[in-house]
Amino acid sequence: MSAPKNPLCSFVSSSIGRKLIVAITGLAFVLFLAGHLTGNLLIFAGEDAFNEYAYFLHHFLHGAGVWVARLGLLVCLVLHVWFTILLTKENKSARPKYAHQATVQAPKSSRIMIWSGLTILAFIIYHILHFTARVGNDYNGDRYQTTLKTGEDAHNAWLMVIDGFSWWPAALFYVIAMTLLCSHLSHGLASIFQTLGLRTKKTAPLINLTAKAYTLVIFLGFISIPIAIYLFGFGCSCK
Amino acid sequence: MSFLNLTLKVWRQENSTSSGRIETYEAKEIPTSASFLEMIDIVNERLIKDGEEPIHFDHDCREGICGMCSMTINGIPHSKERGITTCQLHMRKFKDGETIWIEPFRANAFPIIKDLVTDRTAFDRIIASGGYISVRTGSAPDAHAIPIPKADADAAFDAAACIGCGACVAACKNASAMLFVSAKASHLNHLPQGAVEKDQRVLGMVRQMDAEGFGNCTNQYECEAVCPKEISADHIAKLNRDYLAASAREATS
Ligand code: SF4
Ligand code: FES
Repeated sequence: MSAPKNPLCSFVSSSIGRKLIVAITGLAFVLFLAGHLTGNLLIFAGEDAFNEYAYFLHHFLHGAGVWVARLGLLVCLVLHVWFTILLTKENKSARPKYAHQATVQAPKSSRIMIWSGLTILAFIIYHILHFTARVGNDYNGDRYQTTLKTGEDAHNAWLMVIDGFSWWPAALFYVIAMTLLCSHLSHGLASIFQTLGLRTKKTAPLINLTAKAYTLVIFLGFISIPIAIYLFGFGCSCK
Repeated sequence: MSFLNLTLKVWRQENSTSSGRIETYEAKEIPTSASFLEMIDIVNERLIKDGEEPIHFDHDCREGICGMCSMTINGIPHSKERGITTCQLHMRKFKDGETIWIEPFRANAFPIIKDLVTDRTAFDRIIASGGYISVRTGSAPDAHAIPIPKADADAAFDAAACIGCGACVAACKNASAMLFVSAKASHLNHLPQGAVEKDQRVLGMVRQMDAEGFGNCTNQYECEAVCPKEISADHIAKLNRDYLAASAREATS
């Protein structure tokens, strides 16, 4: 057997080892989504609550907190994307095609993981340029300066989101990306448990139900914002 | 007795290096009581009579226990019927006038030898890498000499039902061998006789599986859907768990 000597090397080059990396980094994103969504929904609590929350995020640990989180997420993202692309390429070349293809029970979402994943990646890049780097827009301008109840000068993130989603292409891309995210999660979330070896006959129904429910909450939660803003004019008449 | 007239689309391939192609054959007057392999026998007899090369396919026991009859029927290994091998499939499951696609099990790790015959010795090499227990072979011990909890005995027995046919690989879009490897590992890991060498077994078999060029499992469970012995993908979760634990122990020892 030509197994590499170093246990870490052989683990990372093994099929199960690489899948574990994908699963763990995926789990980090699953948890991140819950936090991100909770913060986002504060938009419905009003301008002050949302801006205070944004201010808190950017000043947590004297501004270091947000960078620690960003760095951690970036590492997860790179690992997740790198290993899935690697695995997908290997998988494609492991199997010649049938002249007559058929599938028995694999759901559609499980068969488009790489495509839903790459769309989400494109979305993440766009999303960061849009709201974090604020490229190609005026979200750092005077219109977006505000003063919090506590007296600090702050960025009006609330207004930025309202304006951002009042433009239909941004709202539409967001909803499309969230739909694919949901598809990605519906297979990915249950897969995490299988790859970590936690799925058994007894736990499988609970895992599947939790994965479905979680996916639904994430989906409805995220799309509620652009839909409220674009379709129902939430926040638009205020300024 | 009723008869069927069918159109067959069969993969023909000279040898492992030549490129194959789908050929069309008429299968006339096939009794509904014939098995799928008997149907091909009937077609082959006519081909031989006409001086043509018969369709080559693997088979041995023809009763669902040897795992030789490797065929993908209409895109599904061993056909869409659940829990059977190709040799256990009967022609009464088909309709008169139907077109049936017959292809070999497709995976790079299972090179085609000829037509529908594939080389599945990769499985043997995986077994040789840990799918055994190192005990002296003498006379059989008393059945009750080693007490085994009923749940473990049942789980081991379910896993032991794997006949090594390779349908799981052929059904997987990644040509992953995880269901086979997990069944073989689970069978022995569940029992006290096998548990002694569990880590070594799991590491050895998974590494050999990777080296053979099987793909990586993406948890779609097509394997368990086509498995003639209905091996559950739960064994794959157990293999993942055992492999992670074995890797951790290897790294810290
Ligand atoms: S697990 Fe099932 S499909 Fe795979 S080799 Fe064993 S019997 Fe065949
Ligand atoms: S010929 Fe033995 S299982 Fe089909």
